[in-house]
Amino acid sequence: MSVILLLIAASLSMALLFLGCFVWSVRSGQYEDTSTPALRMLTDDAPAVPDRISESPKPITNQQ
Amino acid sequence: MSSAVLPTVAAVAGVDAAPRFVAPAGCFHCGLPCGTRPIVEEGKSFCCHGCATVHGLLHASGLGRFYELNAHPGSQINRPAKREQWAFLDDPAVQGPLLDFTDGQTSRVTIHVPAIHCVACVWLLENLFRLHPGVGGSRVNFGRREVAIAFAPDLPERPGAGCKLQVASSPTCTLQPAPCNRIALSELVALLASIGYEPRLTLGGVERDQADPARRRLHLQVGVAGFAFGNIMLFALPTYFGLDSLSGPMFHRLFGLLSLALALPVLVFSAADYFRSAWLSVRQRVLILDVPIALGLLAIYGQSAFEILTGRGIGYCDSMTGLIFFLLGGKIFQQMTYERLAFDRDYKSFFPLSVTRLRDLGSGIRQPGSGIGSQMPDAGYQMPDAGYQMPDAGCRIPEEERVSLSSLQVGDRLRLRNSELIPADAKLVSGPAFIDYSFVTGEAEPVAKQAGDYLYAGGRQVGGTIELETVKPVSQSYLTSLWNHEAFQKSGHDDLNTLTNRYSRRFTTLVVLVALGAALGWALAGNGPRGVKAFVSVLIVACPCALALAAPFTLGTAQRLLARRKIFVKNTAVLERLASVDSVVLDKTGTLTTAGVGGVNFTAAEAPLTADEEGLVFSLARHSTHPQSVRISETLAGRHFPEPARGFLETAGCGIEGQVQGREIWLGSRAWLESRGVACCQVPARESGAAGSEVWLAIDGRCRGAYVLASSVRPGIAELAQQLVGQAVPTSEARSEPCRSRREEASVSGKLQPPHAGSCSRGRNSGYELTLLSGDNDRDRERFKTLLGARTGLHFNQSPLDKLNHVRHLQQSGRTVMMVGDGLNDAGALKQSDVGVAVVEQAGAFSPASDLILEASQVPRLADLLAFSRSTTRLVRLGFLISAAYNLIGIAIAASGLLSPLVCAVLMPISSASVVAFATGGAHWAARRNGFRAALPASGIRHPASGILEASPA
Repeated sequence: MSVILLLIAASLSMALLFLGCFVWSVRSGQYEDTSTPALRMLTDDAPAVPDRISESPKPITNQQ
Repeated sequence: MSSAVLPTVAAVAGVDAAPRFVAPAGCFHCGLPCGTRPIVEEGKSFCCHGCATVHGLLHASGLGRFYELNAHPGSQINRPAKREQWAFLDDPAVQGPLLDFTDGQTSRVTIHVPAIHCVACVWLLENLFRLHPGVGGSRVNFGRREVAIAFAPDLPERPGAGCKLQVASSPTCTLQPAPCNRIALSELVALLASIGYEPRLTLGGVERDQADPARRRLHLQVGVAGFAFGNIMLFALPTYFGLDSLSGPMFHRLFGLLSLALALPVLVFSAADYFRSAWLSVRQRVLILDVPIALGLLAIYGQSAFEILTGRGIGYCDSMTGLIFFLLGGKIFQQMTYERLAFDRDYKSFFPLSVTRLRDLGSGIRQPGSGIGSQMPDAGYQMPDAGYQMPDAGCRIPEEERVSLSSLQVGDRLRLRNSELIPADAKLVSGPAFIDYSFVTGEAEPVAKQAGDYLYAGGRQVGGTIELETVKPVSQSYLTSLWNHEAFQKSGHDDLNTLTNRYSRRFTTLVVLVALGAALGWALAGNGPRGVKAFVSVLIVACPCALALAAPFTLGTAQRLLARRKIFVKNTAVLERLASVDSVVLDKTGTLTTAGVGGVNFTAAEAPLTADEEGLVFSLARHSTHPQSVRISETLAGRHFPEPARGFLETAGCGIEGQVQGREIWLGSRAWLESRGVACCQVPARESGAAGSEVWLAIDGRCRGAYVLASSVRPGIAELAQQLVGQAVPTSEARSEPCRSRREEASVSGKLQPPHAGSCSRGRNSGYELTLLSGDNDRDRERFKTLLGARTGLHFNQSPLDKLNHVRHLQQSGRTVMMVGDGLNDAGALKQSDVGVAVVEQAGAFSPASDLILEASQVPRLADLLAFSRSTTRLVRLGFLISAAYNLIGIAIAASGLLSPLVCAVLMPISSASVVAFATGGAHWAARRNGFRAALPASGIRHPASGILEASPA
């Protein structure tokens, strides 16, 4: 029967992990814009630039 | 200046392009019709040089894929992009609120670009770095029509006035990027404009806040509730199936404690808003639905904790977390936002960010604001006087500078070009002006003004460049004073008085009474413990989750379905108010009529025009940007085009003239032609009451007749009027609904409203009361009388304040008013009315503050919309009835003190699920019945030009 305790612990920690992922995804603004990614995915070659400018703007590299 | 460039481009187009026949396909870049002489490059045809240049630029930069992603993805380039136009953006004071971030090396700016409309736009804007080395990453938010761009800013060495001189001497054309690795903000904006994505920079846009922390919080709350709900259900399932006897008492207790622990964050974090608003409403002595919800949640958690800790059971944590999860889900569903629409705009959104100010170099830089206010209205500072006429003499040349609107002072001299907005009340200094006040007053015809005339803010200059001197600051001008009217001061509608809250007031009172009664009854019978159990059980069972779900899901679904048909409702409370509307007030200009194409008829004075002569007129009219010339040339488009006109001259307020193939063409007002000795004695017969403004034509000094430009009424208006006034109004049962609900509303809210039984019974028999309010003159009176029916009240020459007062008068006589309008002149009435409907030509375009935004093509559907709103309100009531039935059964069992956990656990989800299913299904059914079901093609993404394409006769 004690295997159930193990299973419960495992399932709860898994669920907590997923909750953590969800919190991260909300915090990082992935739910702010739900329409553009659907369009962006149609143009399969993603622009070769820093992909997340909403966070910590990086120094800009010069592209040709 | 920009207005002068366009005709030249067009004229060059006519000469340069080889005269070859091209199939009437649209421009390869923008999809607009190319006319008879398209520009052909690389075997593709373009409508103008702007489009061809952009195409060339994109190909040269390796961005040709833009055209593979979507057919005709571009936007027409209406005017050349000049960096000076945005020079004011390099002023740090202006940049401050615009930039999201800057550290001198990297800056990030988020700008609104209305032209974003398809996949190709997203792709092109996110590949912007290929066009200029100073641009880093860019990211498009399609829903908001915004693009965030990181760039290396080219900061000016000297702030303020110094940088403007520097900018003025820099190369004007941004199409060849400068070989430096930095880019100034003005240059960046010019780059965007040059490829057809001109940003919209307004004062209102700058002051808007970006992120929405409340929405993030709601997402997190749902996440936590869902997490706890799912895990607690795992522990609770054995109990549902009676398997808990197998697992033994040890697990029983463990499961209970785990559930209790998991439910705690849900109660504290996820449900926090319910407790807060319940507490607020109790303190304000109003009962809203959140009160019984909060009571029920506390009762459930308390009872569960008691049972679990004393080892009597595993409590109802599963029901509680599930309930919160569904409630929050309903909240998200209801809180649908249309990111690219703004329902609450104030006057700032209508003003540009900058204006062109004239600076007198000879006398040094004038210090703005230094004592100008005192001498402002006096004659001593009047521009036409000798002291300021020096520019003509040539020694003092006023220099233009773009300044931000906020730094505008009284007494500043401004230069206004074609289609620019007058930002503040001003005096006309030079140039005969031709001011289009249609947005402010509804008057369709532009009015001619002479030097010295007073110009109100909000008008738009049409035609040539004019100069003005501001008389009042922006904040005290006519346009702004409209916003200071008391109608705008009130905090909006009473959103507490929704159906849900009206029902919940009774419901809460009832629940508390029953709970107390049960407790008291058992206590009196000598069974105290059972009384406590009954009291708690009633609160738990009566926790009005089904009641709280009925309205959000019905109205939220309805809102979604309407949005698919380009009808955007601000929030679900508007849908409820819509159902009780019994008076419809319509604006004329822009709402029932379009200022668009068509409706141009030529009435010949003697012999009708030959095709060749029409070609001559077309050749002349296409040189002018005046709206009347544009309409005439659009009507004549496709005629044989002889040659560009020579000696073209436009006299604002009078007409245009020029020579084509050696013939002298005059096109203008009758008075102007007569003043040149043209006898236009024969007044052309007015046909079928279609009155409009007249443009007279003389060829070689002989009057040939007049073009009558009628404002064209949208199709389907007559049917709409019929539906609204009479026949198509649903059954008498349905019509009585709004009356009843209004009485309820009045009685519940305790307002002292006279019992207008008369108006109610009238409403039942004869549909809506229809009124037309127009700021225009009454030359169209007969036409609209036949169109809208004899019983419709027609009021012309209405000022914005008249409209507002008319709406208020209707409301004071006990009516619920829906106002339909489009311009600033309707803004007050829209705000005052119970439901303000703003009509826009294209979703995302400018609209005054309103409750509902309607795309112009949907105006004929207004009657269906009203019927649909009544259906949905009835569905909400039915949903209440269902949940009331559940509650009644539950309360009956609970009050007897016999409620078992199993019954409770089964009853709650079933009641919630059935109400949600009924609400969404019912809304779909009602939408289908009222013809709102069918989805628009192609995921609702539309080419911005397609509206023009459909409407144009070409």
